[in-house]
Order: sequence, then structure tokens, then C-alpha cells
Amino acid sequence: MVEYVIEMLNIRKEFPGIVANNNITLQVKPGEIHALLGENGAGKSTLMNVLFGLYQPEKGEIKVRGNSEKITNPNVANELGIGMVHQHFMLVDKFTVTENIILGKEITSKGKIDLKEAEKVVSDISHKYGLSVDPKAKIADISVGMQQRVEILKTLYRGADILIFDEPTAVLTPQEIAELIQIMGKLIKEGKSIILITHKLKEIMEVCDRVTVIRKGEGIGTLNVSETNPDELASLMVGREVTFTTEKTEAKPEEASLEIQSLTVKDSRNITVVDNLNLTVRKGEIVGIAGVDGNGQTELVEAIAGLRKVENGSILLNNKEITKLTTRKVTESGIGHIPQDRHKHGLVLDFTIGENMVLQTYYQQPYSKSGMMNKKAIYEKATRLIEEYDVRTPSEYTPARALSGGNQQKAIIGREVDRNPDLLIASQPTRGLDVGAIEFIHRKLIDQRDQGKAVLLVSFEMDEIMNVSDRIAVIFEGKIIAMVDPKETSEQELGLLMAGSTKKKAGDGNV
Amino acid sequence: MSNRMQNILIPIIAVLLGIIVGTILMIVTGYDAVAGFIALWNGAFGDVYFLGETIRQIIPYILAGLAVAFAFKTGLFNIGVEGQLIVGWLAAVWVGVAFELPKIIHLPLAVLAAALAGAFWAFIPGFLKAQYRVHEVIVTIMLNYTALHITNYIIRTKLSEGSDSSDPIAETASLRSPLLESLTDYSRMHWGIVIAIIAVIIMWFILEKTTRGFELKAVGLNQHASNYAGMNVKKNIILSMVISGVFAGLAGAMEGLGTFGYAAVKSGFTGVGFDGIAVALLGANSPIGIVLAAILFGSLKVGALNMPLEAGVPNELVDIIIALIVFFVASSYMIRLLIRKINKKGVK
Repeated sequence: MVEYVIEMLNIRKEFPGIVANNNITLQVKPGEIHALLGENGAGKSTLMNVLFGLYQPEKGEIKVRGNSEKITNPNVANELGIGMVHQHFMLVDKFTVTENIILGKEITSKGKIDLKEAEKVVSDISHKYGLSVDPKAKIADISVGMQQRVEILKTLYRGADILIFDEPTAVLTPQEIAELIQIMGKLIKEGKSIILITHKLKEIMEVCDRVTVIRKGEGIGTLNVSETNPDELASLMVGREVTFTTEKTEAKPEEASLEIQSLTVKDSRNITVVDNLNLTVRKGEIVGIAGVDGNGQTELVEAIAGLRKVENGSILLNNKEITKLTTRKVTESGIGHIPQDRHKHGLVLDFTIGENMVLQTYYQQPYSKSGMMNKKAIYEKATRLIEEYDVRTPSEYTPARALSGGNQQKAIIGREVDRNPDLLIASQPTRGLDVGAIEFIHRKLIDQRDQGKAVLLVSFEMDEIMNVSDRIAVIFEGKIIAMVDPKETSEQELGLLMAGSTKKKAGDGNV
Repeated sequence: MSNRMQNILIPIIAVLLGIIVGTILMIVTGYDAVAGFIALWNGAFGDVYFLGETIRQIIPYILAGLAVAFAFKTGLFNIGVEGQLIVGWLAAVWVGVAFELPKIIHLPLAVLAAALAGAFWAFIPGFLKAQYRVHEVIVTIMLNYTALHITNYIIRTKLSEGSDSSDPIAETASLRSPLLESLTDYSRMHWGIVIAIIAVIIMWFILEKTTRGFELKAVGLNQHASNYAGMNVKKNIILSMVISGVFAGLAGAMEGLGTFGYAAVKSGFTGVGFDGIAVALLGANSPIGIVLAAILFGSLKVGALNMPLEAGVPNELVDIIIALIVFFVASSYMIRLLIRKINKKGVK
């Protein structure tokens, strides 16, 4: 038996103007879960795309089971038994699980697809690894967690015994994560090897055997997980000491900034999702909205931001009614909004960073002068914000699409905070980001608070809510059912509240 | 190879491939390919008369290409340029025959009428898209037919007494130029070329320089983010179609006030509006690209007329050869792939 199933030796990959991978070495032993750890934009995905044959390295050698190989395209990788479970699923919504799995490698008899046989094969593999996927279900009808299992099945069906998981837990619920970890264990037991791309230290400590850290395209080293700890990993990844609990002083809240009274909002299916909701956010405090996804958070934020029609109730900002204003008027009246989906709602990906920096203010002086764009002013602002908010980009003329998620988010935060809004709404501001970026963003939210601004934070991450908020509002079925102090509550209590277990404070006008 | 280089190379290779396959086709069918292509060249650039005719053909192509590209840049597919062109043509001629005014007022008025008519015809699908989410492709296709038959009806009943064409427009509304005509051996080249060039500059200016253009592009690239940023998406969709329609209407004015000087009952579409789609695609929706693409299409269209006369190549075959060139141009992706393959081999 060879010592390593995969060896990537001194890999170098360049893109115009940037070295994505420089002299990185990754050696994976058979039967281990090997973590590839790095910040967003550190070069993890590039390295894996090299292994998967999507990119050709400028330098370095790849060995599979001890043999030197040239992986020129994903088909070669497949033949070598390398399979990739992508972060963004590549599934046909209207096809069944089986149809998706056999796509491109169909089981046929007499020129027709033998769906019965295929379903049996899929069912067998699913059973073997404890995936429990219904082969006949339509992709559109199954949960995200199940869809991920279909992706896993796809690689197994193609005979992969080295599986690459690209940030697999980013899209999963805690329950689904636990199940995925079990599945990974089963895969290893059946003789597979796994490379896990991640920036979540908790997961590494929990499931991985060894970890290779890369930072800014450079290989930092490989460690045994049993001999390290999260603090060490975090500082290796970021290149400096990282604090996990966000340090902040006591909030000094003043008068109310945002006042929401008896707010009722319907969603796009015309169902009432925000139901007679009351909420106040004062100047100089961060109010966190805790809740399970789908309890009206999105619609609440959209209603405040003027993006969704308010059925009933009122929204006041600094004692001024903003309930019926257009999005632009709301923005102008002093609300900054970091949207949940940065690609869809936060940025125009094909615009440059500079253009994105003026997405709401392009029509104002000095960015627009008598109907003409003032490119000089726009790009000067962009240069300044890139500097201030540490947006790592080749230049202010780079399309937003080319930036990593963390840097895209920093750009959005720079844009919103720079407008100096009285109320900053941050929806899931750190989703998918690494510890360095998370720390930075939390810092910025707290800075806003310390300058006497009101901050409304919506997050599904319990840690984030507990760490950053001064007060926590628990939302359940469109109502704020409790208002708790993060210092006096626990994750357990919060979890119970989020599940709607108590309604003692429901309808209380003072929340 | 740099991207810029590729963008220049691809259309050139496309044209070459079209010529090669066309050559094979002519040889197989027993015609003299060399004579055929010489005839095509002569027919487009052989003497000043042909050159003038070629430029005349380029004018509406530029405007139709701009119309398609402008809508495209803002995320809309305006298949209705043909219909907008037809109503623009009619409106221009109507003003041209109905009034007696000094040229300095009459000509701009006729051009303006065409622009407004095209704008109105494009407003309909824009409005339906913005307000009721009706897909603009379906509406514009329908409106092409509606435009064709309504204009025919108006020409028969209002602009003539049951005849197949309107009266000629007044001299004061005409774009014809004795100067350009005499320079080009009495071709039908007219002042519309100036309007077309101004339109190219205007399109570039709107999209690259103005605040409005920034907003239109943002909406075209990402409606959701534009909405979140406080832009009025509906208004921008309508505006984009209306501006696109203005360009299309102007293309109609070129035909009505320049080339023909009257409006005639049509049995079918002019095709200029549809060719505009190909011009915009080939020109990669950029103003300068559209000019180059329009030059290619105009030359092919006019030059081809000479192939049956000079080389005896039948009309049908000429159409096929033109289609081949267009096909290869449109399949630029294929050529991109080819270049990449060749490049790779070169490196190894």
C-alpha cells in the first residue's frame, strides 16, 4: 500500500496579475479525512481545481497512488477515482435523483436508458454508505442536505475513492451537518479518502485527521489535528492572533432610532409572515434578531428597507414615518442595508468595484454632475474604501465577480457604512466567511454602535447573535416572542425560544 | 493571446471560413469561385457607384444594430426592431408628404416623427414587460406583424387612394444629397450616414458617460441588486425599450427619407431589423463593433447583387454564401475554441 493516495508537490498556479498557489504541497494518506484550511481567497479552491483537472499548474507534480499523473481535465480526474462534491450543486432540478446521478454515464439497454437498473444501482450505493436517498424523488422536491447527498452519490457512482468536499457545511443546518459527519465516517470505513475544504475550525477538530493550512496562496504546513487546537489553526490561517469572542464595551443606548409598531407583511405567496410585530432599536445599540430561517426575518428586513409592501402598522426612523417610502427614499433617509444574498442583492457582479461602491449614490454629487458620471470621484472613493476596509482586489477597476466572498462583503460593508446611516441593517453579514473576515465585520458593526448609530443584526448563527448583540430579539412565526440579554441567556435557552417554546412576552408592546 | 486580439481575430477568421466553405460550394456546383468572389468585391467596392450603394445599405444596418444592442445592454431582447423600423418609415414619409415647411424645420420634423413612432412601438412591449411581466420577445414578434399590416393599410387608405405606394416626400423632407450622389456616380447614398454616426456616438455617450446609462446597465446586469439599490427597475425597462425604439425608428427614416423617398405597401418584412440582431451580436453590442459589423453586412448585401451579373452565380447560391459567412460569424464560440486549441499546441 502506498503511503499517500494523493500527492500535490510544490504546486504553483498563476492567474494574470496574481499568484493563486505558490509552492503548495498537499499529501493525503489513504483512509484519512484531510482538511484544507485557509481564508477565503487563500487559494483552496484553486488548488482543488488543479487536482480536479480544471486548471493546469505552472509548476509542480501531482501523484495519484504513487504514480505521477497529468490531470488535463475532470474526466481524467474521474478516471483516477477523484470525485468532487461542489459547494454550489450541479443538479438538474426537474430530473429525479437517479437521472441526475447517471447523467453523462447512463446505464442503457438496447439504446434506451434502463432506469429500473439505474435506480437499483443508486439505491444500492446509497444503502452501502447510509445515505438514505430516495432514487425516484425529484431534485426540486428534496432538501438541500439531500441534494448534497445526491452530489456525493454522483461521485461514488463514478467510482471515486478520493472525495473532495468543497465547503460542504456552508449550506447545511446543524442537524444536517451532524448527519454529514456520520456519512463521512462511513465513507472512510469503506476505504475512501476525503479532502475537506473548509474554514470552520470546529469541523476540523471534530472530524479530520490531519490539516494542511494555506495562507495567501502559500503553503503554511500540515499538522496532526490531535496535536493542535483551534487557536493555533486560526492564527496559522490568518497569520496573526485571532480572538473568538468579540471584545466590546457596554452599550450606551440613547433614544429610539427605529420603531416598528404592529407591522404586518406578506410574502410573495401572499401569506402573512410578519405578524403584528413590534420592535425598537435605540441609538448606540446592536439588536440581534435570532430565529430559525423562514420565520419572517427576510420580509421584516425588506419591509424596513422599502423593498416590500407593508400591509399594516408603521415603521419610524428617528420619529419620521418611512413605512410607505420607496427604497431610494428609505436609503436617503438614513438606512444602510447589508443584504443577505450579496451576489443577488448586494452587488452587480459584472460592474467594477468602483461602480459597485456608488450603486446607491451614483446620482448624487460628486459622483454625478448634471447627468454625467464623474468617474474620477467614483474611483477616488473606491480607492479610499478599498484601503479603509481592507478589500483585497487587484484594483478598483476589477469586476466584483473576481473577488472572493469575504472581500465582496467587505466592499458592501464599506459602501453601506461610508454613507453614514443612522440605522445599519446587517442580514447574515458573515455567512460563508472565514474567521479573519468575520472578526473584521463584527468590529465594524460594533464601531457603528459606538458612534451612536443603531444596528439591526439578523443572523442564523447563534454564536454571532450571542457575541455581537446588546439585546436579542427572538423571532418566531413573524412575531418577536422574547427579548433577552445575551449576558443572561445561554445557547440552550435561545435555542428553545427560537423553536417557539415560550410565548410569555408575545405581543408585549415594550419590546 | 490577449482578449482584445481575439476579439479582432474572431470575426476575421469567421469571414475567411465563410469564404472557404462558399468557395467549396461554388466549385462543387460548377461555378467559378474566384470570379464569384471578385464579383462580390466589385459589387461592394468596385467603383464609386457601388461604394455609394454599399454605404447607403450600411446606414440602416448601423441604426438597427444599435437598437438591438441598446436593449441588449440593458437585458432586453428587442426582436421588434423590424416593426419599429416600419412604423418609423411610415411616420417619416407621412410628415414628408403632409406638410409644406422650410427644410430646416421639415427634415428634422420628419426624422423626429420616425424616432417617436419607433419609440412608441417599442414602448408597448417595454410597458407590458415592466408592468405585467409579459416577455418582450413574444410581444415584439407580434408587433412586427401588426406594424406591417397597419402601415400597409395606412399607405393604401391615407397616403394614397388605394394605390401601392405613397406620393414621394417633399424635397424639403428629403435626406437625398445631390452632392453625395454626384460624388458616387449617382448612387442613392444620402445624408443619413451623418445621422447614423451621430447615433453611434450618442449610444456610446449614454451608456458610458451618463448617470442614466449607469442605471440602465445596472438594471440590465442585475435587476435584483438594482432594486435593492433603490433604482426604479420598471422605469428603466421601459426607457431602455423606448431608446432602442428611437434607433429603430431612425433606421426607418433612413429608408423613407433617404433611400426611397416614399413608403410602399410591403408584402413582407424588410429584413433590416432582423439583420440588426446579427449586426449587434457580431459587433458584441459595442458601438464601434456595430459600425464594423454593419459595414460587413452592408457590403455583403450590396456586393451580392453583382454576383449573378458578373459571375453568373445564381441568386440562391449567393444567399447561401452570405448565410454561411453569417453562420461562421455567429458561431464565434467555435472559433474561440479553435484558437485555444491552436494556441495550446503552439505552447507545447
